[in-house]
Amino acid sequence: MSAQGFGASVRRKEDRRFLLGKGQYTDDITLPHQSYAVFVRSPHAHANLGAIDAAKAKAVPGVLAVLTGADVAAAGLGGIPCGWAVKSKDGSSMVEPPHPALAQGAVRHVGDPVAMVIADSKTAARAAAALVDVDYQVQPVAASITAATAADAPLVWPDAKGNVCFDWHLGDPASTDAAFAKAKHVVEIELTNSRVAPNAMEPRAAIGHYDAANDHTTLYTTSQNPHLIRLLMGAFTLKVPEHKLRVVAPDVGGGFGSKIYHYAEELLVAWASRVVGRPVKWTSDRMEAFVSDAHGRDHISKAQLALDANGKFLGLRVATLANIGAYLSTFAPAIPTYLYATLLSGPYDFPAIYAEVKAIFTHTVAVDAYRGAGRPEATYLLERLVDKAARQLGIDRIELRRKNLIRTDQFPYQTQVALAYDIGNYQATLDMALASIDHAGYDKRKQATEAKGKLRGFGISTYIEACGIAPSALVGALGARAGLYEAATVRVHPTGSVSVFTGTHSHGQGHETTFAQIISEKLGVPVENVEVVHGDTDRIPFGMGTYGSRSAAVGGSAIVKAIDKIVEKGKKIAAHLLEASAADVEFVDGKYRVVGTDRAKAFGEVAFAAYVPHNYPIETVEPGLEENAFYDPKNFTFPGGTHLVEVEVDPETGVVEIAEVAIADDVGVVINPMIVDGQAHGGLAQGIGQALLEEAVYDADGQLVNGSYLNYVMPRAADLPFFKVGNHVTACTHNPLGIKGVGETGAIGVPPAVINAVIDALAPLGVTDISMPATPEKVWRAIQAAKKGA
Amino acid sequence: MAITLRVNRQAHTVDCAPNTLLVDVLREKLRLTGTHVGCDTSQCGACTVHVDGRSVKSCTMLAVEAADAEITTIEGLASSADGSSGRSGLADGGNLHPMQAAFQECHGLQCGFCTPGMVMSATDLCRRNPKPTEHEVRHWLEGNLCRCTGYHNIVKAVLAGAEAMGGKAK
Repeated sequence: MSAQGFGASVRRKEDRRFLLGKGQYTDDITLPHQSYAVFVRSPHAHANLGAIDAAKAKAVPGVLAVLTGADVAAAGLGGIPCGWAVKSKDGSSMVEPPHPALAQGAVRHVGDPVAMVIADSKTAARAAAALVDVDYQVQPVAASITAATAADAPLVWPDAKGNVCFDWHLGDPASTDAAFAKAKHVVEIELTNSRVAPNAMEPRAAIGHYDAANDHTTLYTTSQNPHLIRLLMGAFTLKVPEHKLRVVAPDVGGGFGSKIYHYAEELLVAWASRVVGRPVKWTSDRMEAFVSDAHGRDHISKAQLALDANGKFLGLRVATLANIGAYLSTFAPAIPTYLYATLLSGPYDFPAIYAEVKAIFTHTVAVDAYRGAGRPEATYLLERLVDKAARQLGIDRIELRRKNLIRTDQFPYQTQVALAYDIGNYQATLDMALASIDHAGYDKRKQATEAKGKLRGFGISTYIEACGIAPSALVGALGARAGLYEAATVRVHPTGSVSVFTGTHSHGQGHETTFAQIISEKLGVPVENVEVVHGDTDRIPFGMGTYGSRSAAVGGSAIVKAIDKIVEKGKKIAAHLLEASAADVEFVDGKYRVVGTDRAKAFGEVAFAAYVPHNYPIETVEPGLEENAFYDPKNFTFPGGTHLVEVEVDPETGVVEIAEVAIADDVGVVINPMIVDGQAHGGLAQGIGQALLEEAVYDADGQLVNGSYLNYVMPRAADLPFFKVGNHVTACTHNPLGIKGVGETGAIGVPPAVINAVIDALAPLGVTDISMPATPEKVWRAIQAAKKGA
Repeated sequence: MAITLRVNRQAHTVDCAPNTLLVDVLREKLRLTGTHVGCDTSQCGACTVHVDGRSVKSCTMLAVEAADAEITTIEGLASSADGSSGRSGLADGGNLHPMQAAFQECHGLQCGFCTPGMVMSATDLCRRNPKPTEHEVRHWLEGNLCRCTGYHNIVKAVLAGAEAMGGKAK
């Protein structure tokens, strides 16, 4: 409709304040009389807590309070709740251990908070925290899936026998057994999906401010979903009614899942402000973040693929052990189950699938959603397995995929693992990606690489994901303890400018621009005249926040519903002004027009009439022009595509260089191509980071051995090339925008493409497997081992 | 102790302990919160400012070391010598420094947290090397971490910014 509508790469409205240094992140906020909190955290992965002696700490000048688990218990604060309940195969509930905000009786991972020191200055709080004397009685540790599932492993929780939180399954074992019985080929794989730390660049922070005069609490926090935090704090932890609690998530410096959850520190600063009678601010150090932010991934899986003589997939069996950490984070149980096993059909036509997932407690920080959340784990497993099958059967890897991709005439496609894909065109994205990387010219590039004394490998991943989470009734039936709709308010001001209030939260995604473009597209209002408001429970009626690539698909749909109501109301007003019947008025190009005539009223004129109702249908239409809407999705959305990678490996050093990355995604309708491509770039970097560089490593004692930026290796600019990003659109069939979602595609599709490329490069040397991250050391050792074996 | 700092062409006298880091004075005393802290090991570069024209990680310098120096933060970049508006040649330059304008034009930022450090670092590069190559830009930015953009559009922005600042990219 407008030049700033769908398909326009409008430059971002929010950039100006960020570029001028005028963003306002939580740590940038200073409240009058603010005090500072520092946490005493366990240096041990498992210990019983004896006495905590805070006398010396309290004597430090400027210290206001030292609070411990006993104070939390005495104050009646609730434990940190889990937002998703998964049932085991036998119908029993998952083991749901207590999670006090400060440890009570025992600590269960390095970083478990034991005491909170509050002082006039951060310096005093730090000095005092070092003087809190805690009697730790060190206990045996199980810090990995392998250690926690060994016979006689130390238990993280006495109720969780064998450290199993739940033992869950999905799919049909009988039909899967039958498929394997008639298979010509069975291909097996065992692999790990490495543990990673999300590392949004802004560390978490929170400021609690209790206003005693009004008995009202304000919490500023680095959250992806302030309303969800208010809901959990109001109902479970702080236990105050919603109208007495305001949660503000101002500018937030990245999230990638790690800022979804309700963390203990949020509750504690809010409560402590009451205790000390002053605002209390906490800002995480980076090393503190490594041991207190939820991590991602950390699976060990075994899988078998059954194929017929022609390479057609007959069945899939998967058994996965998922590390869930010591405590259950907000969405943790959903990640290795409903966001993982449900995706195991991938983009393929599978007649039978059976998946078993055991979630395992360990003495490590919680594991929860990280960009992609379950879907990267499913994709990695499947795409590694398909590649292995191609090699084992001697079929070209691209052809084996083509043979098994769901055809366009099979949609809607019901998988064997609960999901019903509405639409897609996996052949189109495959062809597009192959053209983009110039696959026909691969042999030439390979020769050039080999002329330099290096090895070249080509890797492919055809993937699908489920986004736009999700129909409330469905997720409720699956154990979610919240609805997953989204809310929006569209307020048209008297002179025709517009404010949009969205329950989603932007922490880099560009909602202030994209959502303004929805208004521009639908109402013809220039984006400059649209303000998008997010991140404040006092300004926005409600919301479920931003994660799972849901903001445009679900939050955008709520905005469209509100716009539709505005347009309908405007028709009645315009009909009155035009002395016509509302049924004869249409809204086109930002104008209300009597159909078939040139009699029209501009949108701004109708807005003005709504607020200055001198000539107005006041008996039947209320003044004002503002509408609320809630949108509950009808289904998940299913983005998918093909990710291709070419690597160069130096056989002398094991160094892997990413030579080419070309992807073709189908994320549905694209509002702002510049922003959509940017989301893909960021996901690719994180996916390549996991594949080549990153891993959060715990030793046997439960110490995180690389918990700082000195030794946790994330991609830097020189580690990556420019990416070739393409989109082939099939519009989502069940939301009003046709959008599927783009936030996670890069991180989901690319890791197996990278590893498949590395294995392809090393295959001539006899290497058949390499695990993430494919560090130079690991690649070099694999090459040496293959040489010895040869 | 009292120290005098010149920040964004203004003198400020602040009272701080001798072990206070420059970044803490900028953020806590002068309320220049555009300079960010993303780590505790001088790795992320979100705190990068200019000290006498050279990019420095302000988490790695004591405030007293910066006394008598000319400090520029992201807030002062647009009004610095090469930052006057209208020189960028890029759309919507407004009163942004050409490098800031290039970051907007090329979508070189998402969450904005690493951005001030990226822009300050990139500006220093282009003053030293007016025509950097892609390779030089990627290696220069070794000290600045971004978790959102995959660097793709940051590198494009720095190349465009270099051109706008007067150099023609190689």
